[in-house]
Amino acid sequence: MGVADIAFYIFAICTVTGALFTVVAKNPVHSVLWLILAFLSSAGLFVLLGAEFVAMLLVIVYVGAVMVLFMFVVMMIDVDFAALRGQMAKYVPIALLIGVVLLLELAMVFGVWEVSENAAAARAAVTPDLNEVHNTAALGALIYDQYIYMFQAAGLILLVAMIGAIVLTMRHRTGIKRQNVMEQMHRDPAKAMEVVDVKPGQGL
Amino acid sequence: MIGIENYLAVGAALFVIGIFGIFLNRKNVIVILMSIELMLLSVNINLVAFSSFAGDLVGQVFTIFVLTVAAAEAAIGLAILVVFFRNRGTIDVEDVNVMKG
Repeated sequence: MGVADIAFYIFAICTVTGALFTVVAKNPVHSVLWLILAFLSSAGLFVLLGAEFVAMLLVIVYVGAVMVLFMFVVMMIDVDFAALRGQMAKYVPIALLIGVVLLLELAMVFGVWEVSENAAAARAAVTPDLNEVHNTAALGALIYDQYIYMFQAAGLILLVAMIGAIVLTMRHRTGIKRQNVMEQMHRDPAKAMEVVDVKPGQGL
Repeated sequence: MIGIENYLAVGAALFVIGIFGIFLNRKNVIVILMSIELMLLSVNINLVAFSSFAGDLVGQVFTIFVLTVAAAEAAIGLAILVVFFRNRGTIDVEDVNVMKG
């Protein structure tokens, strides 16, 4: 068994273990940490497959951004997570049943699966030789050329998601002082200020 | 030698664990969202494995798009979760019945 094989088994075991404990962990914070383990080890799997760019994307986007978002939300909302787990034992048999059935179905599909003879000829973008161009450059040439509209659409999806998240979570609390820019801009000094000539000994 | 079957097995295991998690944590929306992330990760593993073993880069391009959509989905889902918690004071799925009429 070579080093790559051993690395595959370590990463695969870490991925599946992380995924399993994500699902069964008692504390959601632990769930997020297990999920980070699963994502990091699957990034290792991607490196073994020769997809370095996707692996780094997984580490930066998922572990760096999405998991931190999950962590923030888990820690910010004040929920009794123990109460939410109350009837978890009740659902274990049905969940196991569905899981086993699905696994059997996948195994059955894999049992009769065979690669088509003209699969090699049907490839849309053959991976170039690693000595000529490496993974990131090859992917960039493909994304910015053939898939440019899809790429722009992906950017649009992210923009909509960003605006949506901001609009959903923004709230105007009453009873606190806020800056009203329009009011400030339309302020008239002639009306806002008054010079009063106070006579001595009389007051206003 | 590690073949494509090993990677497909990991992907299948992750997908089943994701479904298992959705049924196991019927009440906790956060863990359900994490289970969905696991299922998307398994899809990504399948795409990259086929891309690598077939020598076709398009699989990795689609992995990038799946990642984009998954990130957007997580952001919107968590935003909805925060708003729901602010309004109802709970994240129990069974309490999500505002639109029941």
